[in-house]
Amino acid sequence: MATATREFIRNLHDLPHTVKDAWFRLGKTPESEREESQATFHSLFLHIHSVRVHVRTLSPTLTFGLGLMATGTFLITVVTGLLLMVYYKPSTDLAYQSIKDIHFTVYTGRFIRNIHRWAAQLMVLTVLLHMARVFFTGSYKKPREFNWLVGLGLLVMTLALSFTGYLLPWDQLAYWAITIGSNIANSPRELTDAIGITRWMDPGGFQKRLLLGANYVGQDALIRFYVLHVFLLPVALVTLLGVHFWRIRKDGGLARPEDPMGGKAEWGGAHRTVFEPIPTKTYGLMALVRGQRPTVNRGPENTVMSWPHLFWAELAVFMVTVATTLVLAFYWDAPLKELANAAIPENPAKAPWYFLGIQELVSYSAFTGGLLIPVIVLAGLALIPFLDRRSGGEGMWFGTAGEKPVFRYSLVFAALVTVGMLVFTVNFGWLRNWFPDVHQMWIIIFNPGSLLVLIFAAWSLVVLKRQDSVRLAAVSLFTCFLVSFTILTYFATVHRGPNWHFYWWPSYWPVH
Amino acid sequence: MSRLDPPRVTRRSFLSIASLGSFFAAVGTAAAGLFRLPNPAVLPGPVRRFKLGAPEQFTPGSETLFAEENLVLFRDDDGFYAISTTCTHLGCIVSRAKQGFACPCHGSRFDDRGNVVGGPAPRPLPWLEISRAADGQLVINADNEVPEGTRYRV
Repeated sequence: MATATREFIRNLHDLPHTVKDAWFRLGKTPESEREESQATFHSLFLHIHSVRVHVRTLSPTLTFGLGLMATGTFLITVVTGLLLMVYYKPSTDLAYQSIKDIHFTVYTGRFIRNIHRWAAQLMVLTVLLHMARVFFTGSYKKPREFNWLVGLGLLVMTLALSFTGYLLPWDQLAYWAITIGSNIANSPRELTDAIGITRWMDPGGFQKRLLLGANYVGQDALIRFYVLHVFLLPVALVTLLGVHFWRIRKDGGLARPEDPMGGKAEWGGAHRTVFEPIPTKTYGLMALVRGQRPTVNRGPENTVMSWPHLFWAELAVFMVTVATTLVLAFYWDAPLKELANAAIPENPAKAPWYFLGIQELVSYSAFTGGLLIPVIVLAGLALIPFLDRRSGGEGMWFGTAGEKPVFRYSLVFAALVTVGMLVFTVNFGWLRNWFPDVHQMWIIIFNPGSLLVLIFAAWSLVVLKRQDSVRLAAVSLFTCFLVSFTILTYFATVHRGPNWHFYWWPSYWPVH
Repeated sequence: MSRLDPPRVTRRSFLSIASLGSFFAAVGTAAAGLFRLPNPAVLPGPVRRFKLGAPEQFTPGSETLFAEENLVLFRDDDGFYAISTTCTHLGCIVSRAKQGFACPCHGSRFDDRGNVVGGPAPRPLPWLEISRAADGQLVINADNEVPEGTRYRV
């Protein structure tokens, strides 16, 4: 037989082995640390991790895996979203029916839609909690200021994705939530009307037209929201997510206190002495990253191999995320109300829960509550790492002295002020109820929402003066807003009923 | 030449600054121009002029709700007037309450003439322009507002 034929037959015979080797290039479970590091950096998907990881990073109570959970929920929405796109039709005539098809006819359609919805809700929740974690562990400090900003961008993208997805079912809930949302975009008109310049300058109208492509929520709005939801925002979010992960590596991993030089290692037993650098030796090109971390003049004592320690932990977090989403999606259906009807609004017409705090503020003034305060809050968050520049306490919960008491006092203070404000407003109303002819400008400037912001700002200034620490002032302000947001969200969810009246419980709502 | 003298702008650096400047100006203009496309030149939507019927159908002192058209037509001794039921706060549809109008979304309250009496609404409910078609029916132009108190006399 010719040599080539023989070779061909032998290759054919070896095919199962050679194909397997091409896929699993190491060929076995890594046994040495060298093989473990190869397993990490020879894979595109694993090599975004460093080969070794600090033991503090793996501590579950440092991060609670929140960032990873947010990523996990996002991946779930991408997969389920692609599946939903198979049947969904972005047209006002067909959208509602196609969702009904997905929900009642398509095989596993209801389950997939529920998973999509629950993963989106969990994504908002975990992104918010992740931000709180990063704040309270002081992890935004130098050199991580930029990544804090990227994270804020991701928060905005997450909320925008969720908001645009809300319209697509084209049911009553969708239609009226987007009518309200687009009119919030229109609300600078409240200000321009009050000053009387709307004829010449109308940024509100411009924003609304850009969003809806019309003066009302119709086909043009639906297709715009669809494009934003399935293409523009996901692509933008994935890009920012890449930057976010990249910066974690370039900034030297998760924030943590400096390892002390000399002494005993935190991990690896007593026989490990802490690395003492030899002044004449150069330590690897990999160390050319910002700051001293991860490896310049630092020994490997307090680190462990990413394979398997980090990957097991990540896998566990992903599994918990998927399991939680599946359980929620199995037991609780995503809502679908009646077909959108422009003549009869939902009563009450409530936004998704994470916007309900804002909706409560909007019920005082559309412009102040819907645009001004959110913009102030975002700007404030963006400024934190540039106003609080003193290092110390990074990577530890309430890491600098006095943070815990300030946190506790601010929590109580903000809760009292917010509840007091709500009790007052529900019982006595506001300016318009006392002076029906009051100029709109007064309401824009002076309403329960703006008053809360002012009180919290004053409180944090007092903390700044008394405690003589920018970080503590930031902690007090952040805590105030977090507590107030939570209470307002709870209040609008449970205690606001038809006509936005106060009720002790939804079961007391009048029956139509 | 002392150290404090400003550095001489060479032809080369001038040209590179100028070309960079024009590059960024062009990119900026193009980026702003991208927003011209999604900003609609013509606003789509149905015609918001409604024929409501012959004036004789409505007795003096009556009020008639037109749910599809989002307005209420009133007739009193002075004539006809129509009030829009789209809330001036965030665009929900107000309903007729015992006194005036109430908004289901954020609790705005209006009196019988559409003036704000409570809640977050920044403006009164608009009074709409009324005219008559060639066949004598009342026509409402829901895009045109008239001052409060304007009546249409038949």
